[in-house]
Amino acid sequence: MRPQPTSTEPVIIAPPGHIEAPREPPRTPRQIARARRKAAAKRVWREYRKNKMGMAGLIILGFFIFVAIFAPLLASSCGLDPTCPSTGPQLQAPTLKYPLGTDDLGRSVLTLTIWGTRISMIVGLVSTAITIFIGVTIGLIAGYYGAWRETVLMRLTDWFLVIPFLPLAIVLATLLGPSFLTVIFVIAITSWPQAARVIRAQVLSLKTRPYVERARALGASDWHLVTRHILPNVGPLIFANTVLTVAVAILYESTLSFLGLGDPLHTSWGTILENSFGAGAPFAGNWWWVVPPGLAIVLVVLSFTMIGYALDDILNPKLRAR
Amino acid sequence: MSTRRYLISKVLQALLTLAFVLAFNFFLFRAVGDPVTQLLRGHSGISGQAVLQLQRQLGLDLPLPQQFVHYVKETFEGHLGYSYFFNLPVSQVIAGRIWPTVLLIGLSTIASTVLGIWIGIHQGWRRGSKYDQGMLGFTLFTYSMPEFWFGLLIIMAFAVGVGPFPALFPTGGYETTGAGYAGMAHIVDVANHMVLPFFVLTLSYLGEYSLIMRSSLLETLGEDFIITARAKGVRENRVLYGHAVPNALLPTMTVTILQLGFVLSGVITIELIFNWPGLGLLTATSVDARDFPVLQGLFLLFSASVIVANLVADLLYSYLDPRVRAG
Repeated sequence: MRPQPTSTEPVIIAPPGHIEAPREPPRTPRQIARARRKAAAKRVWREYRKNKMGMAGLIILGFFIFVAIFAPLLASSCGLDPTCPSTGPQLQAPTLKYPLGTDDLGRSVLTLTIWGTRISMIVGLVSTAITIFIGVTIGLIAGYYGAWRETVLMRLTDWFLVIPFLPLAIVLATLLGPSFLTVIFVIAITSWPQAARVIRAQVLSLKTRPYVERARALGASDWHLVTRHILPNVGPLIFANTVLTVAVAILYESTLSFLGLGDPLHTSWGTILENSFGAGAPFAGNWWWVVPPGLAIVLVVLSFTMIGYALDDILNPKLRAR
Repeated sequence: MSTRRYLISKVLQALLTLAFVLAFNFFLFRAVGDPVTQLLRGHSGISGQAVLQLQRQLGLDLPLPQQFVHYVKETFEGHLGYSYFFNLPVSQVIAGRIWPTVLLIGLSTIASTVLGIWIGIHQGWRRGSKYDQGMLGFTLFTYSMPEFWFGLLIIMAFAVGVGPFPALFPTGGYETTGAGYAGMAHIVDVANHMVLPFFVLTLSYLGEYSLIMRSSLLETLGEDFIITARAKGVRENRVLYGHAVPNALLPTMTVTILQLGFVLSGVITIELIFNWPGLGLLTATSVDARDFPVLQGLFLLFSASVIVANLVADLLYSYLDPRVRAG
């Protein structure tokens, strides 16, 4: 529902006056382009640092990435196994030894939540990568070639946009059986249409730019035009879109896992919530088992959303002009 | 484009989409899995004879194109297959669950739209104020929250009564079982059960509407006719409610209808945790039971309702804003 950028005046390529002139003049065009992009990236970062919302998001996200990477150091993976000696009494309310209490098998909820970070993040990131890949490919082909390819691909995109996401995801996941890969596949297959539409709109306006026409007149191939001229300029948009897609993907993962369609062998935040609901924790008032995984989801999704909006503010020329 | 041609093209597009969903549904349940094994999952000791018979009964021995024709014909006649889990025709299973969902979605959508629009108007009117920023933060928060988790918190707080919270409402269900209330008492009983799921759904979607109303109002406030109105000396209140809001409402209204797909998704988990016997709970239990005929029917029904909602939104918009037809 956010406004789509229509203007594509170089977003990452700074106007000539802004180039931080290198001491040694670069020789090849590619080096010039690289220097220009580096300068632009620096400029974006300078602006980003001023954005309070964006920085807050970055800090929260940094914390969770740290937890995901160092999970084995923060909590022994043995704590995920109910037969592990480190398990405590069942359904223990928070104590010093178990800061977030224990579940119905005596496992520490803190350990579960820490390890859940990994699965939730991986599923979110991998499914986003696939989503963006499909979306960019389809958006590029439709926008660049136009004609019948565009008609066919955009019709398909519209169809997938209309089908309600969760029912489709549920049907697919049920048919394919619960697993890690199913969840990733299902999220990707249901989320690409948005990306495809945004990218296509951008490519449509880019391909008529004078510099693209000039390159074409000089005999550049389609491949060269797309990879050297179109893609680098849709890049920032793809980036902002990716960040927002991760947020949605993590939410979807939790919903699918909560419905029992997640991987039974890997603990994600959604799986913890499913287990707690299945064991009747909310109805028995075992709040410590329900609150932490949900709060983790909210914080991570919130951080990606905040970063996405901040990037959009900076990279989207239409918004920046305000 | 004339109005008539616009309408016809919109209706045709909707029909084409519906055809796609039908084909997709058929393909999904034939190509990804074998219908007979799906039907017989969990029923051990079934003879090869019975499998063959079932195959013939389902028309699975026919060539694929013929199967498809058969399937389309059956669907249009309202035959959606047979649920071995409920031992009832799928159409009957689904029909019995429609009302609670319509009631819940209908009431909460009305509430969240009205509230969201009201909040959005005040946000846009006082852009950048404390109120605006606070509401934006709140909106971001509700957007980032899984509905079902919020629902679980609400259950713990107001139905179970954890810590200082009082247990005010029933934990779930549609009515008090076995109470046999009639008339007014029945309505009060159902309402009492609906308070919490209604509250959760309303709050979960309110943010999206206020966000749309806010940006739509901001856009309208920048238009020339607002400057004209102010230059004429129209009072500020009248500028807002007489000139800006009616124009800003247009996109918000259609988006409300387009949101149906999202609301449907939310209702699945909310009905599950509140044990609300509608289509969402049916979806969740069918997933557990691997009841494929019911899932297939539900998928078709959900998709069809979203397609129809899209069409209605398109037609409504073109009626309210003739510029769309011209463009």
